[in-house]
Amino acid sequence: MSKVILAVDDSASMRKMVHFTLSGAGYNVVQAVDGVEALEYARDHEVDVVLTDVNMPRMDGIELVKELRALPSYRFTPMLVLTTESSQEKKLQGKQAGATGWIVKPFNPEQLLATIARVL
Amino acid sequence: MSFDAEMEEIHKIFFEESHEGLDAMESGLLNLDASADRETINTIFRAAHSIKGGAATFGFVEIAHFTHDVETLLDEMRNGVRAMSSQAQQLLLQSVDCIREMIKAAQAGGAVDVQRVAILNESIKDLLASGDVPLTPAPALPVTEVDTVPPAVETAAMPLMNVEGTAASSPVPGWIIRFTPHEDILRTNNEPTRMFAELAKLGPVIADADISAVPALEDLVPESLYFRWTLKLNAVVDQRRVQDVFDWVDASSKLEYEEVSARPAASTGGVGTAAASPAPAPATAPTAAPKAAPAAKAAGDTSSIRVSIDKVDSLINLVGELVITQSMLSQFGERFDPGQLERLREGLSHLSRNTRDLQESVMQIRMLPIGFAFNRFPRLVHDLSRKLGKQVELRLSGEGTELDKTVLEKISDPLVHLVRNALDHGLETPAVRSAAGKDPTGTIELNAYHEGGSIIVEVKDDGAGLNKARILNRARERGLVPADAELTDDQIHNLIFQPGFSTAETISDVSGRGVGMDVVRRNINDLGGHVQITSNEGRGSTIKIRLPLTLAILDGQLVRVGAETYVISLLAIVETIQVKADQVNRLPGGVELFRLRSEYLPIIDLGQQFGIGRDPSTSCDGLLVVVESDGRRFGLMVDDLLAQQQVVIKSLESSYRQVRGLAGATILGDGRVALILDVPGLVQTFEQRALQAEAASAAA
Repeated sequence: MSKVILAVDDSASMRKMVHFTLSGAGYNVVQAVDGVEALEYARDHEVDVVLTDVNMPRMDGIELVKELRALPSYRFTPMLVLTTESSQEKKLQGKQAGATGWIVKPFNPEQLLATIARVL
Repeated sequence: MSFDAEMEEIHKIFFEESHEGLDAMESGLLNLDASADRETINTIFRAAHSIKGGAATFGFVEIAHFTHDVETLLDEMRNGVRAMSSQAQQLLLQSVDCIREMIKAAQAGGAVDVQRVAILNESIKDLLASGDVPLTPAPALPVTEVDTVPPAVETAAMPLMNVEGTAASSPVPGWIIRFTPHEDILRTNNEPTRMFAELAKLGPVIADADISAVPALEDLVPESLYFRWTLKLNAVVDQRRVQDVFDWVDASSKLEYEEVSARPAASTGGVGTAAASPAPAPATAPTAAPKAAPAAKAAGDTSSIRVSIDKVDSLINLVGELVITQSMLSQFGERFDPGQLERLREGLSHLSRNTRDLQESVMQIRMLPIGFAFNRFPRLVHDLSRKLGKQVELRLSGEGTELDKTVLEKISDPLVHLVRNALDHGLETPAVRSAAGKDPTGTIELNAYHEGGSIIVEVKDDGAGLNKARILNRARERGLVPADAELTDDQIHNLIFQPGFSTAETISDVSGRGVGMDVVRRNINDLGGHVQITSNEGRGSTIKIRLPLTLAILDGQLVRVGAETYVISLLAIVETIQVKADQVNRLPGGVELFRLRSEYLPIIDLGQQFGIGRDPSTSCDGLLVVVESDGRRFGLMVDDLLAQQQVVIKSLESSYRQVRGLAGATILGDGRVALILDVPGLVQTFEQRALQAEAASAAA
């Protein structure tokens, strides 16, 4: 069974980029447009890695990580936050919410794969 | 799909969503008045943020760079550190334009106005650098008052943890890292062993574990970590590389770095050890994306449409039904028993219903909400009203009304012209309005709705209205109407659609070149629609545009003239009446008039017009189809009225050439071709002929 990665981003191009890169490497990528949708999916399905953008309508990435960590089945699931280099504050917020780590935007496909490999 | 094709596809999506984001930014910025809530500025920020992130990821470095400062400015506003001044608002609106240009350039492979970008970027940087908030509210723009707070804490490179870099002498140069993880570190899936593996990529690592903190078994929590480590990295690498490995470690864990080297100038690099370092390198520009960037060329003006899933689903459903009907009918074909005639009929009626539904459904795909055309107006009105010193409230309604994409694209420019006109000529300045006892803020309303199978778009203002006397004078000056002609109000109002008519006292760069309204009318006529104006002096004007739902299919009345069948658009037909020869008056010059109630209608004999013989029996008595063109009525003499039906419009131009008075052709159920009449064109040809005939008879 290939590992399931839940990619959460409100930007369709970023989702597609993540999907293209990761599915090409053999991962099974599930996409969600915001925290609400991601949480809904994650509740009913098994996910190996969560990869989420921070700035999203409805529920942002930090909130999503916090909500997911509170679920018993997500206590140890790697969760990565996509962030821009200017937002150290977000990184810290992400850590406090329970994120495993982050990927700094902009990233290229190799960086993304390396980062995913780092948590799997 | 190949990598390049895939990237091109992704870029396309990026461009599309960037345009959407820019639209959202624009409308958000225009709505930033006192009543704007936090979510508005959040939405604007998010859009800028996404564009920047995407641009950086996909290698559009200039866009990312420019948008970065815009994002920073918005972030400060979002956090309440900076107030939204009208200066900042203008600057941000200009930035939206600028980013839009850059995206378009990236899309089509064109060039950007580098200087403009630089100047604007400079202005934003200036604004960012200015600690105090310039508050210069414009009269029309209430400014959100926010207390001035010094700019946000510097965000450049805040260290995540305390770093101690004490030099100590040691035989092997490298680093000593003392790592005391927080007990809960495993809970976030930050496995120290993985970090050690990372570290080992930089060079040989010796790890010493201190297990003294491990509690007795009964007190041990399996999910907690009780170890602490001292790691020796025997490689001369930059501290940053080492820190990157532990980048994800929580602030609650303890980390100490100690450089082990007698000579600290150890910047020679780690002998190729770190080539595979996967740590995120923020400063590195993406390498994969730029290669594919030129491939997005020519995507600028793609004629693709976004279709909602619902519409596609309904299409698929209908195709499904069609397939069922088809298989049912083909069963009959295999072994037909006359007793099944009833069922065959049923099948055929299914088929016709399926076809009709499918047709409607396919047409639906081309339908877009008119909101796409309305979207540009808040900005246009905002900019223009400032320029003209007028106060305007723009009200939009019926944005969800859908019409064909082609119609939508072509109606956009005429609408811009009408709105500009309303603003420039229609609405008065606040002083004039106040003096007339009106609200100093004028309103312009754009409204769209369905009416009897067509779409109505209205542009309404509560300005001064048309000045009849001035229009009449001007028209007489220009020889557009004879000096002694008596005209109704409607006729006077419609004079403004005459070519070369303009009553603006000064020519401004907004409107008033006199090339406007006739072009507007021609464009609308070309779309098979028509335009009408009603005006009330001192109270305002309403311009009503009637448009067909689509250009591909027409609701037509089939008529017979001699042996030929013609199609007249139902939109143009007012009524149909039977006429007797003695009800027709003949004027010198050959024009015939029919008195319909209080109005005399010129009769256009289609047989004569197209040079075909009409039925001898009905050549005098006949059917008169009353049509309306530009507010005037005419009677078309035909031999017979046939069915009313939808016809698919086929262009004559593509297979023959454009013919005056004909809008196209269609194929009838029996396979014959019927020509579709272009009523405005027909009327023009008729009038020219009548004028010529009149001149000829006067000369004789």
